[in-house]
Amino acid sequence: MTQGYYTVLENTPLTDTVWRMILKGDTTALTAPGQFVNLKIDGLYLRRPISVCDFGPDSLTLLYKTVGEGTRRMTAYAPGEKIDLLCGLGNGFDLSLSGDRPLLIGGGVGIPPLYRLAKELLEQGRTVQVILGFNTAQEIFYEDEFRALGAQVTIATADGSRGVHGFVTDAMAGLSYTYFYTCGPLPMYHAIERVVSGSGQYSFEERMGCGFGACMGCTCKTKYGNKRICKDGPVLKREEIVW
Amino acid sequence: MVNTQVDLCGIRLDNPVIPASGTFGYGYEFAQLYDINILGSFSFKGTTAEPRFGNPTPRIAETPGGMLNAVGLQNPGVERVITEELPRLRACFHKPVMANISGFSVEEYAHVCERLDAEEGIGWFEVNISCPNVHGGGMSFGTSPEAAARVTAAVRRVTKKPILMKLSPNVTSISEIAKACEAAGADGLSLINTLTGMRIDLCRRRPVLANRTGGLSGPAVLPVAVRMIYEVYEAVKIPIVGMGGVRSAEDVIELMLAGATAVEVGAENLVNPYACKQIIESFEPVMQQYGITSLSELTGGAH
Repeated sequence: MTQGYYTVLENTPLTDTVWRMILKGDTTALTAPGQFVNLKIDGLYLRRPISVCDFGPDSLTLLYKTVGEGTRRMTAYAPGEKIDLLCGLGNGFDLSLSGDRPLLIGGGVGIPPLYRLAKELLEQGRTVQVILGFNTAQEIFYEDEFRALGAQVTIATADGSRGVHGFVTDAMAGLSYTYFYTCGPLPMYHAIERVVSGSGQYSFEERMGCGFGACMGCTCKTKYGNKRICKDGPVLKREEIVW
Repeated sequence: MVNTQVDLCGIRLDNPVIPASGTFGYGYEFAQLYDINILGSFSFKGTTAEPRFGNPTPRIAETPGGMLNAVGLQNPGVERVITEELPRLRACFHKPVMANISGFSVEEYAHVCERLDAEEGIGWFEVNISCPNVHGGGMSFGTSPEAAARVTAAVRRVTKKPILMKLSPNVTSISEIAKACEAAGADGLSLINTLTGMRIDLCRRRPVLANRTGGLSGPAVLPVAVRMIYEVYEAVKIPIVGMGGVRSAEDVIELMLAGATAVEVGAENLVNPYACKQIIESFEPVMQQYGITSLSELTGGAH
C-alpha cells in the first residue's frame, strides 16, 4: 500500500450513472487485477473504496457508478485537481488458476476490475470469454473495450434490449470453461452458484472503515476462518466462501 | 529543542501519542508503513476470554465529521492473542504496550487480565467498560459507579501493573464513574469511548448498521472529549489518557490542557494511516509556535 496525491487527468460519464476517472500517480503498489484504491473525497470523513479497472506505469483508471454521496461528489473533480489516494489495496485475482479457457462474469458496476483481468489473461495466451450483464442497453459500458482486447464478449440485458435476454446465468448456458472469475452484486453471485461448474473466484464488497486491515469493519466468515474483505479479500475462492 | 516526554503511571513515554484500541490492530499493519517505535505506546485490539466474530456487517457508517462503528469486539480470544498476536507485536514494537481488555462478566475481566499479566512487554491494562456495541457486557459496566468499581477491584486483585479504566461518555455524570474507579484502585482513566449513535438509510428505510446503533468517533466528538476530560480532571487525582477526535498536534495539546497526561488517536488512523507519525513530527514546530518547551507541563493547564 502507498499513499499519495494523484492528479485527475479525466473524469467523464460513460452512461447516465457510470463515470470514468483517470488519475496520474504512483501505481507501483498495484500488483494484481481486482485490487482497489481508497479515495479521500473532499467533505467526507471516511475514504471510499473503488476497484481499479486498469493501470499503467504512472496512471490508473477507475470506473464508478454514482450511487451515493461519495460517488456523487467524485463526479465534481475536474482535470488537474488532486485526490489523496491509498493505492494497491486488497489481494486481487489469482491468475495462476485460470486454465486455458477462463470465463469472466461481470454484473453492472462489478465489471471494471475484470477489464484488467481479461487483459492480463489474454497476454498470457488464454482464451478469455466474458459475459457482461446489464439491466438495459442504455447501461452498457466497456463492451467495445473488452472486444478490442481480443476477448469473446457476450452481452446480457435483463430487459432484452441487447444481447441475451436475461441474466448473466442465461448467457452462461452451454459455455465450456476451465475456471471462472466474477464481480457483481450479491444476488448475481447466488444465481451463479446455482449453475456454475468447477472452481472460481468471487470479488466481494463491503462498507469499510480503513481499507487496509486495521479496523475489522468488513470481516466475513469463511471456511478457513474470519477474513477481512479489504485485506484478505476482496477476492475469495469459491471453495472457501460461506454463502 | 523541545521535550515531548510524559510519565504515565510511572512509565516514561517518548511522547504522549498512543493509537487507540481497535484502530491499530496489533500494530503490524502500520509497522509496514512506518517504524511504529516512534509512538509513545499503542493500545492493542480489545481482547476477551473467548474468540469473538463481532457483529454482522455493515459495521461502519459515515457521519458528519466522523464515523459510526459497530465492530463488536471482534478478536481471537486471549489465548490466541498470547500465542499468535503478541509474538508478532513484539517483533515490530519494542516499548511497553497497552493491553486493552474487555468482558461480559466481572470474572471475565479478571481472567483476561490475569492471563495477560505475565506477558512480556505489557505496560498498562486499559480496561474497556464502555464498548457501546456489545450486549450484556462492555458498556453496561461503565454506566453505573457500582459496576465500574466492581470491575476495577477485580482487575486490581490480579495485577500489579497500572490499570486504566476506559470510560463511556454515554452517562449522566462521567465524574461519578471516574471517582468510583479511583476509589476502587484504578491507577488512571482513559476517556472518552465512542458516543452511541445511529444512521438510517433513506432507500431501505432501515438503520445503516446491522447492529442498528454504533459508536460515534472522529473530529465531531472532540469538543465532547475536551469537556469530559476537563470535568474528570477536577474530580479525580489519578492521570487521564484523553481521546476523542484527535487529528493534530494542536488537538493533543488541547486535550492535555483540559487534563490529559497522554492522548490516544483513534478514527484518524483509519482515514490517514500516517496520522500518528505526522502528529509526532509536528510537535516541535507547533510547540515552538505556542511557546511550549515541555509537553508534560501542559496537563490541566486550562484549569
